[in-house]
Amino acid sequence: MNSNLKKTYIINLAAVVLIWAVIFFAQQFNLISNYSVGIVINCCIMIIMATSLNIVAGFLGEMALGHAGLMAIGAYVSAMVSVWYLSPLGWPGPIVLIISCLAGGIVAAVMGAIISLPSMRLRGDYLGIVTIGFAEIIRIFFINFEPTGGAAGFSGIQRLSTFTMAFWIMVVVVTLTYTMGISRFGRAIMSIREDEIAAEASGIPTTKYKVLAFALSSFFAGIGGGVYAHYQTFIDPKKFQFMYSIEMFTIVVLGGLGSITGSTLSAIVLTVLPEVLRQFSEYRLLVYSLALIIMMIFRPQGIFGRYEFSLAKFLGVGKDKTKKTKKEGAGS
Amino acid sequence: MIVFIQQVINGLNAGSIYALVAIGYTMVYGILKLINFAHGEIMMFGAYFAFIAASYFGWPAWLVILFSVVLTACLGFLIEFIAYRPLRNAPRLSMLITAIGMSMFLQNLAQLIFGADPIIMPKIFPTDTLSILGIDVSAVTIITIVLSVIMMILLQLFIKNTKQGRAMRAVSENQDAAVLMGIDVNKTISLTFIIGSALGALGGILYSTAYITITPTLGTMPGLKAFIAAVLGGIGSIPGAMLGGFIIGMIETLTKAYISTTWADAIVFLILIIVLVVKPTGILGKNVKEKV
Repeated sequence: MNSNLKKTYIINLAAVVLIWAVIFFAQQFNLISNYSVGIVINCCIMIIMATSLNIVAGFLGEMALGHAGLMAIGAYVSAMVSVWYLSPLGWPGPIVLIISCLAGGIVAAVMGAIISLPSMRLRGDYLGIVTIGFAEIIRIFFINFEPTGGAAGFSGIQRLSTFTMAFWIMVVVVTLTYTMGISRFGRAIMSIREDEIAAEASGIPTTKYKVLAFALSSFFAGIGGGVYAHYQTFIDPKKFQFMYSIEMFTIVVLGGLGSITGSTLSAIVLTVLPEVLRQFSEYRLLVYSLALIIMMIFRPQGIFGRYEFSLAKFLGVGKDKTKKTKKEGAGS
Repeated sequence: MIVFIQQVINGLNAGSIYALVAIGYTMVYGILKLINFAHGEIMMFGAYFAFIAASYFGWPAWLVILFSVVLTACLGFLIEFIAYRPLRNAPRLSMLITAIGMSMFLQNLAQLIFGADPIIMPKIFPTDTLSILGIDVSAVTIITIVLSVIMMILLQLFIKNTKQGRAMRAVSENQDAAVLMGIDVNKTISLTFIIGSALGALGGILYSTAYITITPTLGTMPGLKAFIAAVLGGIGSIPGAMLGGFIIGMIETLTKAYISTTWADAIVFLILIIVLVVKPTGILGKNVKEKV
């Protein structure tokens, strides 16, 4: 459109490539341990989960407390696709990973659309309860589903989520979420958040947009689950419990509902911090929960509120509201 | 037939526990419009307090219950005072997130104090089994059902006939109008938390005697199910919570007995979703139109 916008795109792309290159070459030359790279991959997965949850919780403003269930669908479906159908074909790893993640994402999106159907009649807390219910049903389904090992878990998944793959999938998800946020669709769902009745009166088909937002959020959650499954190589239903959904919700709330910068940073901090503070691991959740309560009392909008960080603005390149930068991955 | 009747009694047993816990959810929701996620943890603390009284002090059953109920009621009061009162005029989402935070906090606090390993609850009630018309019923089951029903009747009498009970109903009906009528809203809300927590503690004690072990996560699942019971009965309605509790307990027990043990929880959740979609106000709930 204009040269400013083009410049900001280039700056952001350069910054992302730089972050990737630093970590990638540090890994290549053994400057950082595999353990640290593992933490970075976990960061990428949590960023995917937090930004995808932010679509529903932040932009649409609905209580979504079943994100772990959607992640479970993504993880299981992608693992089934890659282990049962794709691994005998002998295709290169990245392609197998992308196809199986997309499959997981699509099934999760369908499930997300089904979950959102009650939202035509329900809102607020009630919808939150429905999402908890669906997530629990999904988990119990996988406990009873014998082909994927039931309660014992599903093992033998190839480790395809390398740092490069996880990083670039995360970049794509964050970029798409961001552009979604400033698009017509994003504005429409934000208007539903502000006032559903007014939005409807302005001619916004609220039901359609709610279902779409849920489906999109679930799609990315499914992809996150796929990346997770192909990083851990073993998944079991115990991982995707109610408390895990709550943990993701905490990340989004602490970062700021509706701020992708906030979700990203808080996902990094809340993934890295427990690793750094290993010896205090008993107190980890205690501190989280206290932080959550104190935050709600003193700064209910989260650390970033709805603020988005812009690298271009920071460097003084673009004057208008420009694309925000992605600062993730640098946290090891 | 005898097996069926026995299962129905088991269902009543589970149902009365859910009903006790569901009352706490429904009272708080009726008055604050808040899903008190920490209520399951209150139930868990009730069980731990009873464990302390029974195993360290070796007190008799009535004293164990009294000790646990009083301490848990204090805990409920403190939770409201510290975490929810500063948010009285904040958006509802903030309160809900605080409740989630409180739930996590209490769970991890319990883990820190009592450890993550399951603790065996001492037998505080007689362990005899009575045989009535060929049906074996354990004493614990009878005590559970009788105690719960007595508590529910007392609560109903309190809500209907006392000044404080009337104040509670007034605040849940219309907070602003209640203030104008000279009702101390904060005091009423505190009282709601105290009563809800006391009943939750009783639920926790009965739950832990029925299932023997206590863990820091003891409250999560029954808490969630009790909440479902409250929604099913019509959230905000105390008779609704009792009815919902018995229905959920019955469905769960019969599903476990006749359909599948592993699917029982899923069926309970499915019922919740169906109820919410078909009749979001629950069985006894009032229909409230949203005003523009």
